[in-house]
Amino acid sequence: MSFALRNIPNDFDTEAAKTRCRAYRRRILDISQRVSALHIAPAYSCMEIVDCIYSGLMRKDAKGGSSDIFLMSKGHGCMAQYVMLEAFGILATAELERYCTKDGLLGAHPDYGNPGIAAATGSLGHGLGMAVGMAVAERNKALKGGEAARVYTVLSDGEVQEGSTWESVLMAPTLKLDNLIAFIDSNDFQSLGRTSETHPPFYPLAPKFEAFGWEVAEINGHDSGQVFRAVTGRKGGRPLMVIAKTVKGRGVKFMESVPIWHYRAPSKEEYAKALEILETVTS
Amino acid sequence: MRNKFAEVIYDAARKDERICIVVADISPAGPMAKFREEFPERFINVGVAEQSMIGICAGLALRGMRPFAYTIATFALYRPYEFVRDDLCYQNLPVTVVGIGGGVIYSTLGGTHYAQEDVTIASSMPNMTVLAPCDPSEATAITEWIVGRPEGQAGPVYLRFGKAGEPDITKGAEPFRFGKLRYLRRGHDVAVLSYGVVLGLAVKVADGLAARGRSVSLVGCPTVKPLDREGIAELLRTHRQVLVVEENAPAGGLASAVKEIAWDRKANCDLKVFTLKDEFVHCYGSHEDILAEHGLSVPAILAAAG
Repeated sequence: MSFALRNIPNDFDTEAAKTRCRAYRRRILDISQRVSALHIAPAYSCMEIVDCIYSGLMRKDAKGGSSDIFLMSKGHGCMAQYVMLEAFGILATAELERYCTKDGLLGAHPDYGNPGIAAATGSLGHGLGMAVGMAVAERNKALKGGEAARVYTVLSDGEVQEGSTWESVLMAPTLKLDNLIAFIDSNDFQSLGRTSETHPPFYPLAPKFEAFGWEVAEINGHDSGQVFRAVTGRKGGRPLMVIAKTVKGRGVKFMESVPIWHYRAPSKEEYAKALEILETVTS
Repeated sequence: MRNKFAEVIYDAARKDERICIVVADISPAGPMAKFREEFPERFINVGVAEQSMIGICAGLALRGMRPFAYTIATFALYRPYEFVRDDLCYQNLPVTVVGIGGGVIYSTLGGTHYAQEDVTIASSMPNMTVLAPCDPSEATAITEWIVGRPEGQAGPVYLRFGKAGEPDITKGAEPFRFGKLRYLRRGHDVAVLSYGVVLGLAVKVADGLAARGRSVSLVGCPTVKPLDREGIAELLRTHRQVLVVEENAPAGGLASAVKEIAWDRKANCDLKVFTLKDEFVHCYGSHEDILAEHGLSVPAILAAAG
């Protein structure tokens, strides 16, 4: 870790975050019973990160909105985003009920034009480039005064294998984008197994980003306080990459680190069991 | 052509703060250098990283900018194809992808630098507009249209350029109008239809036909997509013979679109199309040499016209 989180005050109510994240996970389970398949485990993996971005890190204006931007680069994690946008009243509950149906707005990947969605993603390796462009645009707007809007993005660890991601990893510090904050949801899983087994040289990640000129923090991605302090405690002056160690499917033991739950809806029995586990286990 | 583009962009950028340029390691000569010096915060060089070039342009556009991505055509369109498709076309963003050296104009650089199917690829993507000026003055008019277009028409554009030094061939022609054919000469017997730099060769074909006593229409099609289908139907109806000269692959460009229209409208003129071959030619020389290798030469076209 490039800086010590223990010295940074935590103004984020982590108990409230736990309660919210449990409710979000429950809501996703409810939706799972209406469709044949959905990305539960990828959403559970980044739940605390996305919750902290929305509820702790994005600066609120007087009307409760924010000029800061959140771009879900790992588009397959968008169930986490959908249920939060629903809680904020940005996405109508009726839309979540119509998830992946022909009369609805929402599909399995975020679509630009839908409420609260900053960019269309789903194909991996696109988010960081767009986030870099957004951060430049926002910094240019602030040349006339005021502080630049910040751009937050969450990448999957798998998409860090895309060459296009590295093109943007080079560009962000080159452009000195201190208003760009990226997270890697580092759950060590991709379709064909554990990344640490399929591509051992992929790790360690931190020195790679440090070598490219990023400020880097390594945290437990399910500890909301650590997520919050990784950002509030940064030195600044350059982009921040937070490598968040996570567990795919986190929150429901039988889904954790089991590849089949990448894209599968639980049966009625599994659903009941998952709900029960969520009630008893805290993040 | 590319210098005229840079002049228009520079002038427009002085009034419009949304205009920015993202290049991929292309030397910003001439007016482009002036843009970089005067608006450094709106000029980004990504280096040899074209996927990032398109992604960054998308991000800029998503936050209200009007970016121009600028590099050699093959690298502007082929290398980052999925980024052009997903980031620009799917999200329908006001980003102009400027491809320098469309067709086989980089005649000594070989197949890796030939954008010989760029118009086909660009045209195949929903929301994409495809524009291809034939000379510096048309490049000026088209660039002015791009920077001046209203919000409602501000989707992605593929702007196919030649390089520098093309002669002006549209002097005295009717003005450029977006989405319309542009008559450089009006006749009533044979029509020669073309776009882009190869329109210079079409001028010579028209001259050759006129020398044979034919009344020749010489028609530019600078807006390849959306295509002026009514204008083309009219052209097919009012001429005995129509010759299409196109520096692009035989499938999916203007030539095949004209054939579709001819079928749909039951045209009964003599329609002949001349395009690049569906082949990689392994030879070097002048632009004219490579076009001729593909069968695009004045004598070959005149002989086929009969």
